[in-house]
Amino acid sequence: MSEKINLRIDNIAVSVTEGTTILDAAKKINIRIPTLCYHEDLCVAGNCRVCMVEQVGSDRLLPSCAMPVAEGMEILTNSLKVRNARKKIIELLVSEHRAECTTCYKNGKCELQELSSEYIVGEDGFIDLIPFKDYTIDLFSPSIIKDDSKCIRCQRCIRTCAELQSVSALTVSHKGDQMKVTSFFEKPMYEVVCTNCGQCVNRCPTGALTERTYIDHVWAAINDDRKHVVVQTAPAVRIALGEALGMPPGEIVTGKMVAALRRLGFDSVLDTNFTADLTIIEEGNELLQRLKKVLVDKDESVKLPMTTSCSPGWVKFIEHVFPEFLEHVSTAKSPQQMFGALAKTFYAERIDADPAEMVSVSVMPCTAKKFEADRPEMRSSGYKDVDYVLTTRELALMIKQAGIDFTSLPDDDYDSIMGVSSGAAVIFGATGGVMEAALRTAYEVVTGREVPFENLNIEPVRGMDNVREATIKIENPLPDWAFLDGVELKTCVAHGLSNAKKVMEAVRAGAADYHFIEIMACPGGCLGGGGQPIPTSPEIREKRSEAIYLEDELKVIRKSHENPEIVMIYEKFLKEPLGHKSHELLHTHYKGRSRY
Amino acid sequence: MSKKNLKRLDLIFKNEFDTEAILAKTLVRSHDEIINDLISSGLKGRGGAGFPTGLKWKLTADNPGDEKYVICNADEGEPGTFKDREILSSVPHKVLAGMAVCAKIIGAKKGFIYLRGEYKFLVPELNKILDEFHALLDKLDLAFRVAIFLGSGAYICGEESALFESMEGKRGEPRNKPPFPAQKGYKNMPTVINNVETLAHTYSIFKYGPEKFRDLGVKDSRGSKVFSVSGDTPIPGIYELEFGMTLQKFVDDFGDGDAKAVQVGGASGFCVPRKKFSKTVIGYQGKLTGVSLPTGGSMMIFNSSRSMYNVLHNYLDFFVEESCGQCTPCRVGTQQLLLGVEAVKKGEKPSSYLDKLLDLAETMRITAKCGLGQSVANSFSSIVENFREEMIY
Repeated sequence: MSEKINLRIDNIAVSVTEGTTILDAAKKINIRIPTLCYHEDLCVAGNCRVCMVEQVGSDRLLPSCAMPVAEGMEILTNSLKVRNARKKIIELLVSEHRAECTTCYKNGKCELQELSSEYIVGEDGFIDLIPFKDYTIDLFSPSIIKDDSKCIRCQRCIRTCAELQSVSALTVSHKGDQMKVTSFFEKPMYEVVCTNCGQCVNRCPTGALTERTYIDHVWAAINDDRKHVVVQTAPAVRIALGEALGMPPGEIVTGKMVAALRRLGFDSVLDTNFTADLTIIEEGNELLQRLKKVLVDKDESVKLPMTTSCSPGWVKFIEHVFPEFLEHVSTAKSPQQMFGALAKTFYAERIDADPAEMVSVSVMPCTAKKFEADRPEMRSSGYKDVDYVLTTRELALMIKQAGIDFTSLPDDDYDSIMGVSSGAAVIFGATGGVMEAALRTAYEVVTGREVPFENLNIEPVRGMDNVREATIKIENPLPDWAFLDGVELKTCVAHGLSNAKKVMEAVRAGAADYHFIEIMACPGGCLGGGGQPIPTSPEIREKRSEAIYLEDELKVIRKSHENPEIVMIYEKFLKEPLGHKSHELLHTHYKGRSRY
Repeated sequence: MSKKNLKRLDLIFKNEFDTEAILAKTLVRSHDEIINDLISSGLKGRGGAGFPTGLKWKLTADNPGDEKYVICNADEGEPGTFKDREILSSVPHKVLAGMAVCAKIIGAKKGFIYLRGEYKFLVPELNKILDEFHALLDKLDLAFRVAIFLGSGAYICGEESALFESMEGKRGEPRNKPPFPAQKGYKNMPTVINNVETLAHTYSIFKYGPEKFRDLGVKDSRGSKVFSVSGDTPIPGIYELEFGMTLQKFVDDFGDGDAKAVQVGGASGFCVPRKKFSKTVIGYQGKLTGVSLPTGGSMMIFNSSRSMYNVLHNYLDFFVEESCGQCTPCRVGTQQLLLGVEAVKKGEKPSSYLDKLLDLAETMRITAKCGLGQSVANSFSSIVENFREEMIY
C-alpha cells in the first residue's frame, strides 16, 4: 500500500493514496471539476486545459487531470483566477467549433454545449475561426459521420482507437492552426482500417463523430402502408435503452421497449435473441464438427481455434489485420444477419407477406452493424437481408419523437414466431456471453448432461478482465462424441480489439492452444457497444452487465437448444444444423482487406 | 565602435586544445565534488529556462533507471538565435566533454545531440569529431557514445519533452509534467538534457574552477552569456558578454543610435521599449529580463523605422504555425491573438478588444501545457502594452 497524501481542496481536507490526481481527489469529496479531453477509459492527455485548478502560491494553474497530488497542497477549484481561465478556454474551444447547435445531431447531448451554457459563453466571445478553416465532413461511411468542423481536438477518439482498439484509424496530422484529427492520408473513414466499432462516437464530446442515422428511412417505411416493417432488437439494447430515456443505468426495459416499438408502428416486433439462440446451435455444431474433423479425421484444412463471428467490428478487424486467420472465423453469420435472412424467407412465408414489400429493421447497440447490413455477403434472402440498422440511441430518439412516455409504458411481449428466446441469448450482450451460451449447449449435446456449473452460470468466462480463459474437461460423452472423451476444451474470451489483437498474436506465435475464442470488438461486449447511450464508463458497463445476467436468471429457458421456436424452425424449415438451408441462409465467408 | 564599454569575453569560443587533459583531470574526481563545483559556479541552463545545471545532474544521478541518457539540445529554433550553431561548429569538443562528464556522473552509456534539421550541414564535420572523441573516451576508459539525431524542423521539438517524443519516433508534442526529464525523459528513463551553450560552459568550469565563472556576472546571473545580436545594428553577430548588463549599455554598444525597442529572448521573449532600457538588466534577476525565457540569448534591435505591429504580427504568425496544436490555449489562443490584432488594425474590432486579447494572453501564460504557449504572452503583452497606439493606428 502506498503512502497517503494529505491536501486541501477548496479548504476541505482530503487524504488520498500517492499518485492520485487532483481531479480524482476532488471527486472523492464530491467536487466536480469540469473536463473535456479526460475520459475514464483512456490515458490522460491533459490537452484541453478545461480542468485547470489553482495551487495556492503558484503562479500558473495546474491541469487537475494530469497532476498528481502532493503533500500539503492547497488547491482551489473555483477561484476567480480559475473561473476566468476556464471561461476563456471554453470560449476558445467554441470559437474553433462550428457552433450551429440547433442543427447539430448532438444538440442537447454535447459536452462543449453543456460547458458553454454553464459558463455563459456569450456573443462577446472570440472571433469565429470556422470561416477561416478548411474542414471536411466525411459522409461516406455507412456507420460513422466525421465532421471536422465540430472537432475540438481533445483526441479522445484517437486514444480510443489506439488504446482500446489497437486500430489507429484516427490520428493527428499537421500542427498549429492546421492541426486536425484525420485518417491515413486523409482518406474517408470507409476506405481505411476503421472497424466501424463506434467507440470513438461513444467518447466524442461534441458532434464531430456521430453515427449515420437511418431514423427518417425507418419512419418512411413505417408510414408506407404497402410495407410490412419487421423490427428485431439485439440483446444489449434492452438493458441500456432506458439510459437514453432518463432512467438510471442497469434498468431492464425489455417489455417497455417492445410496447414502444409497437406504438411506433412496426408491424412485427421480433427479437434478435431468437437468432442468437440459432447462432448457438449453428456455431456450436460448427465447433463440434471442426473438433471432429481435426481430432478424428485429421483434416488439416480445418482450422482451430475457431473464433466467433457475431461482432462486425471484430470481423472487419480480422479482415484487415489478421486476414490469414479468416478461416478460423466461424462461418455462422451474426444473429442480426441470420435474422435478416430468415425474416424475408421463413418469416415472410409464415405470415404470408411478400418479401419484396418487407422492410427489415434492426435495433443494435452497435454502429458496425450498419456496415454489416450493407455487406454484399448479406443478401441471401434475395433482397437486402437487413434494410436499416438503428442504434439504441436512435431508437430512443424515435420514441421521443413519437411523444411516448417511455417510463410509464406497460410491459408487452414480442410477437410469437422469432420472438421467443432463452437466457443464453440475452447474455450475448455481455463479453463472455456467447462463450457461456455455446458451452451450455455444446456440453449438453456432447455429454447429455448440463454444464457442470452451479445454476448454469459459467463464472470463469464472466466479468470484465481483458482476457479470460476457461477449460472444461469432457468426460463420459455420448457415444457419437466418444472421441472427445477426456478432451479439455480450451476457451478464451477477449473484449476490446486491443485485447483481441493480443490473443490473436499469441495464437499466431503458437503460444495459445485454444479451441474456441470469443471476441467482441467493444469493451464489455455489446453492452458497451458503439451504438449504446452516451456516456460510457466502467461503472456504467458494470451496471449493464448486472442487468444482462439478471435477465438471464429470470428466464424460464436458459439454454438455446431448449427454445421451442428453435426446435420448431429446425423441424419446419431448416431441418438440421449446418444443413443445406442453413448454409444457404445462415453462413457466409469473409475475405481479407488491406491494412492501408 | 568608440564607446565599447561592455566586457567582451572569450571563454566559450577560445579554442583550447586540452580536452584530453581536462577530461582526464575531471573524470577522476568524485561525483559530489563535480556537482558541488557546478552548483557553486551558479551555472544555469542557457537554453533559457535557467534551471541550475548542477542540480539537474544531481537529480538525474539520484534517480534510479536501467539506462540513462545525456542529450545535448541543439534544436536552436528561437527566432533570432544562432549561437549554438557557432558553438557546435567552432568548439564542439567542449560540448562533448561536458556530455562525457555528465554521463559519468549520472551513469549514462549513451548520449545524443539533437540537432536542428536546418543544421544538417554540420553533420559530416561533427561525425568526424565524434569519431576522434570516442577514441579519446576509449583511451580514458569511459564507456560512452554520442550519436547525432537530426530534427525535422519543428520549433516545438526544442521543448525537452517534445524532443524526447520526437526522438522516440512520435509526434513532437510536449508531455505532461511531472514527470520531469530527470525522472522520466528519453524512453522514460532519467535523462539530462542541456543546451549546447550550457554544456560548453561546464567545460570552462571544469578547467578554471567554479570561482572564475562565479566572479563574472551579478547576483543569480553568473558567468558569461553568448548573445545572438540581430536587427537594426551595424554589428550583427555572436557576442559573449558578462551577465548582468543593463539594456541601455547593450544598446549603446550594439544599437545604431536610433533603437526604439529590443526584443530580448526571441519571439517568446519580452519586448523592451526605449524608456525602460536603463532599468532592464539582462540576467535572471528582476522581472523583465530576457534570459529566463526559452533559448535566451536572442537580442533583436528595432529602430524607429520599424512597425511594432508588423513585428508582433510576424511573431504571432510564427506561433500560429509552430504551436504543436495539442492544447487549447496555445492552438486556438495564438490564432485568436493574430486575428484579433488584425481585426483591431482594420478597425473591425474596437481598440478595447486589445484588452480582451491581453487577458487571453495572460490565460495562455497560466494554462498552456508547455513553454511555447506560456511564453506567447511575453512578446504579445510587452509589445501591445508598450506600443498600443501602433497596434491601433
